[in-house]
Amino acid sequence: METKFEFHYLCEKLGQIALSKEIVQLLKKDITVELRQKATLNGILLYVVSTVFIAYLIFSSIEELSTWVAILWIILLFASTNASINSFRKEAGREFFYYYSLAQPQAIILSKMIFNALLQLVIAGLTILLFTFLLGNPIENMRLFYLVLFLGSLGISTILSLSSAIASKTNNNATLTAILSFPIMLPTLLTAIKASMLCGLGFSWDECQVYIVTLALLNVVVIMLSYILFPYLWRS
Amino acid sequence: MRNWWKALTVILLLYTIIGGLLIPVPKQVILYESIRNLYFHVPMWFSMIFLFLMSVVYSIKGLSSNNLSHDTKARELVNAGIIFGILGTITGSIWAKFTWGAWWVNDVKLNGSAITMLIYLAYIVLRGSLDDEQKRARISAVYNIFAFVLLLVFIGILPRMTDSLHPGNGGNPGFNSYDTDKNMLMVFYPAVIGWILLGWWIASIRIRISTLEQKLEA
Repeated sequence: METKFEFHYLCEKLGQIALSKEIVQLLKKDITVELRQKATLNGILLYVVSTVFIAYLIFSSIEELSTWVAILWIILLFASTNASINSFRKEAGREFFYYYSLAQPQAIILSKMIFNALLQLVIAGLTILLFTFLLGNPIENMRLFYLVLFLGSLGISTILSLSSAIASKTNNNATLTAILSFPIMLPTLLTAIKASMLCGLGFSWDECQVYIVTLALLNVVVIMLSYILFPYLWRS
Repeated sequence: MRNWWKALTVILLLYTIIGGLLIPVPKQVILYESIRNLYFHVPMWFSMIFLFLMSVVYSIKGLSSNNLSHDTKARELVNAGIIFGILGTITGSIWAKFTWGAWWVNDVKLNGSAITMLIYLAYIVLRGSLDDEQKRARISAVYNIFAFVLLLVFIGILPRMTDSLHPGNGGNPGFNSYDTDKNMLMVFYPAVIGWILLGWWIASIRIRISTLEQKLEA
């Protein structure tokens, strides 16, 4: 009995190790391909620079906090949508069977999520840098704002990962990712905007706590749902 | 009596309409007689959420069993839910015009209902862009579950964090002020059950129609 139990435990442990190994390898592959081609990265960088520059030409400097926060999150939202739309393009065509035989579905969705989150963090960092440089920075509590930015970006990118996985199974990929993800992204986005406003007004952790915890919980919910649901998507 | 619940639906809804319009209600400033809309507007949302919940139940069943009939049920429950959502929006909009002074106000619950509609219209668009039946069943079930959980988070958590014009939110008096009135509750609870049963009835007829259509095609 005991040896059997231990055997099961060992198998489970090995499975976990295999999963994390696969995640690391898939992530490495994605990053290598991205760094070699730089198609997504360059496109997104140019996108962010040009939209922030347009905002600068229109406003020259933004004094009002709500406008600043709104434009920041709108740019982040659209930049990340553009970045994630094609995240399953390479896995959708003939290569699908290769990946299908190669890796567990959980490893694939988790590695995609991590990759999209990294990409999103690059976007967020660049956007906030450009905003500060061109439009000024009215945020009072910057340290807390970085936390909100991190959690919000994570939420956007994880929701987009599963949405683009769903959309990659259809034949009008680009439009469908946006249609599917925008409505379900709103809880995350609205919470992030509310929390950014509070940070901007200089509130401390005690006042923003509710929103930041909600953001973190939303992230957990999305990641868990994707982990559970993606295998069904992948099998079809 | 296999269809006893259909008879119950008819009786409850007749009672809701006749009793709802005739039984005396407390006079309140601004609201006056429009308070009777409570028997129609609020149960629409309850029915909608109930239908969407049942749709998710069938989506989960469909994912675990690969049975296409569950997919038909999930789809038709969503369609029926959307009808109730539209009715809820219309009744709410009319009520808002007479109490708040505008057809549409920027209120967290109104936005929530708009987002709900967007999510389920996206569900229909997603179904439309998939041709293979098995694939469509599986993928739309995944989206249905994913969207419903996030929707629950949205309508469950966010209204409690922000102000709203609706009773029970942001410092407005809750249903407690009506709760004291027994007359209203005597109509309200039967109305909720009646409308939910009607939603289930509509959905079951739609399910039967599309099952027959599929049989004809096959």
